[in-house]
Amino acid sequence: MSDLSTYRENLRAWLRANAPAPTPTIDLNAAKAFQACLFDAGYAGITWPKDVGGQGLGPEYQQIFSEESSDYELPTSPFGLGMGMCGPTLNDLGTAQQRTRYLPKLLRGEEIWCQLFSEPGAGSDVASLQTRAVRTDDGWVVDGQKVWTTNAQFADYGTLLARTDPDRPKHSGLTMFVIDMRAPGVTVRPLRDMTGHAPFNEVILDSVRLPADAVIGEVNDGWKAAVVMLGHERVAIGSRGNSKTNPFDFDGVHAMARDLNLDGDPAIRAGLADLYTRERVLDLFNIRVGQETSAGTPPGARGSVGKLAGTMLARLAVEVVSEIAGPAAAGWEPDDTRADAVALGINSTPSSGIAGGTNEIQRGIIGERILGLPKEPSVDRGVPFRELKVGTQR
Amino acid sequence: MKLLLDAEHEALRAAVRDLLTDRADSARVRAAMESPEGFDRDLWIRLGRDLDALGLVVPEKLGGAGAGHVERSVVAEELGRALAPSPFLASAVLATDALLALDDEKAQQDLLPRMVSGETIVALAAAEPGAPWGPGAATATEGAGGWTVDGRKTPVVAGDLADEFLVVANAPDGPAWFRVAAADVTRTTLTTLDPTRRLASVTLRSASAVRLESADPRAALDRVADLAAVALAAEQLGGLRRVLETTTEYAKIRVQFGRAIGSYQAVKHGLADMYCDWELGLSAVRYAAWAADEAPDELPVAAALVANHLGPAYFRGAAAGVQYHGGIGYTWEHDAHLFYKRAKSTELLFGSTAWQKARLADRLEIGRRAAG
Ligand SMILES: Cc1cc2nc3c(=O)[nH]c(=O)nc-3n(C[C@H](O)[C@H](O)[C@H](O)COP(=O)(O)OP(=O)(O)OC[C@H]3O[C@@H](n4cnc5c(N)ncnc54)[C@H](O)[C@@H]3O)c2cc1C
Repeated sequence: MSDLSTYRENLRAWLRANAPAPTPTIDLNAAKAFQACLFDAGYAGITWPKDVGGQGLGPEYQQIFSEESSDYELPTSPFGLGMGMCGPTLNDLGTAQQRTRYLPKLLRGEEIWCQLFSEPGAGSDVASLQTRAVRTDDGWVVDGQKVWTTNAQFADYGTLLARTDPDRPKHSGLTMFVIDMRAPGVTVRPLRDMTGHAPFNEVILDSVRLPADAVIGEVNDGWKAAVVMLGHERVAIGSRGNSKTNPFDFDGVHAMARDLNLDGDPAIRAGLADLYTRERVLDLFNIRVGQETSAGTPPGARGSVGKLAGTMLARLAVEVVSEIAGPAAAGWEPDDTRADAVALGINSTPSSGIAGGTNEIQRGIIGERILGLPKEPSVDRGVPFRELKVGTQR
Repeated sequence: MKLLLDAEHEALRAAVRDLLTDRADSARVRAAMESPEGFDRDLWIRLGRDLDALGLVVPEKLGGAGAGHVERSVVAEELGRALAPSPFLASAVLATDALLALDDEKAQQDLLPRMVSGETIVALAAAEPGAPWGPGAATATEGAGGWTVDGRKTPVVAGDLADEFLVVANAPDGPAWFRVAAADVTRTTLTTLDPTRRLASVTLRSASAVRLESADPRAALDRVADLAAVALAAEQLGGLRRVLETTTEYAKIRVQFGRAIGSYQAVKHGLADMYCDWELGLSAVRYAAWAADEAPDELPVAAALVANHLGPAYFRGAAAGVQYHGGIGYTWEHDAHLFYKRAKSTELLFGSTAWQKARLADRLEIGRRAAG
């Protein structure tokens, strides 16, 4: 048997023995305990370097993990941002001290991370953010407001993007920092999303003091760090294993059609065939990109392809599910949990085309970075940030 | 599962592309499509004799290269990219796969070596209206002088120029395969949507036929259909890539309102979508070709999957290709319409879009109870 198939067998047995039963809401302590257990078994940070507690394996092993774990609903969502974005960025750009201080605890689930980029005035155009970090004798003082900050309610640390020089053009006056989310002056307020839940937050930063060694990368070179992080984000989102426990994936939707005895209907069969097609080609794309990465060709901007295709897949699933559910998705008895799940799926799907860079932004990246199409004329290039209009200001 | 090509595959691609760049540029493609035979026989012979590209899936003992479907899909991709008119799909795909799927060694030994060299062209006559893979209504009867076949097969890819036909018809014991010489049929060249690929209808009136041995004629038909879907998807992938490249280039040089049209998001984002379709399609084609060689159990679903993705994706891309070229894209002079027509024709050739979805649904066992 090859190494890969042994690895898969062992992982499968481990998951069978250790995966906890799913719970309707996340219990943070249980999630942390499970993450520690994953770490001890060698399944946290599969592709991360060994010196920070990772396994130093190739992406094909990560792919196996995504495939095998998709049969379970593992309570790992509080760690997603750290594992997918903050951690890989610190690994790429952090000092030796930052890497050893933060990465092992992140992998073990002892410390939770969030990403503080977006602001009310700066989302797609995150480089126009206004949060200020001003240098002091021994570090920095930060003032500003962040928004849509996922997992800030749990987080111990965040990667913060702030403006350190407003006299420079917008991209060249930013710096990325590690911020202690428990520091004085940090206020986290839950923000309800359109499903009624509050997975993200507003974060108010009021004279928050950061030490000098909180800088990730170089001062005023934060845009480079942000690009590194957003690259990791797209890959993390695009290659997120398609959970087989997701009621909106092909198997879930097929089961629903079968339960409702609608799987003989030609239109629904066609919808299911399309859903399978789009889900499977995206899986195959991720597998191929993983194989290319192992062979030495990194995904580069193609992370945007996976992210965009994932959004389009989710939208198609909504169409097919709605067709199957019919009027029952518009009004249902309070104890109808299937209809609850359908409604949650319908209502949560718009997030995938916005979070992590909107569809329009991904298409722009593909067009410009992969196809080499000309950029649009920009009105802000070279202009000191101070003189620009941002967000919804008039 | 292996979804990457290795250096040998890339060398094969380069060799085929070199030949096609030289022998199948736009002017030559147009000359070939307007020629009486509808294809460039010289190019065909070179593909067979010089590049060994017509018998990639044929075992060496039958004159082939003893390679596989991954290799063949690389060649199909290049032919699709160039739109080179040739009987590749008919003879090197459909008829070759049929002979290999049947159990008739005599026919294999007689035909395959000549097909591999390009000297003999064999076409598959299975389709009838409403039954893209037959057996349809054609019947076969055994008399004192042997078998005869009656029926009308259409469309038959390269049916206008085939030297021999492999015909699927209903024998008293069920669907069966026959070999029929061109001289024993009546054929009519069809008017085609795609001028770069000739189709014909073939009428058999008590046509004398040789029955070909097969342990399971229906299974052979399924296998031929699946392998054809893989090769056709590769062809579509190559065409889609070419449309993407030429349209992207045009979007960089065509200026309107003082800017390259590719800087406008309507155009840029449309091309980004086309790129996504191509990336996903590439992954699916590599997978299906791998499955054809290495994982026969996965082939039925994989084949229906590629047909379902690539058919619509190629047509979307080719239509966008015309659109983003504007008026010039709608002219006969420009090649955009050739891709548009090839795309639509390949999308329909082996079963309409709805038929492809139903086939995938069958293979995924969706609603099997309802279907009985
Ligand atoms: C569920 C969820 C979780 C999130 N989590 C986080 C988080 O943890 N941390 C964090 O920092 N942020 C987070 N965000 C914020 C997210 O990154 C932003 O919402 C996103 O980048 C879009 O920015 P915006 O909301 O300001 O919209 P805008 O940028 O104002 O966009 C509005 C519309 O304009 C379009 N648009 C904008 N610019 C262009 C352009 N150049 N070309 C074409 N169209 C354009 C957009 O596509 C969109 O349709 C989260 C968002 C969501 C929905």
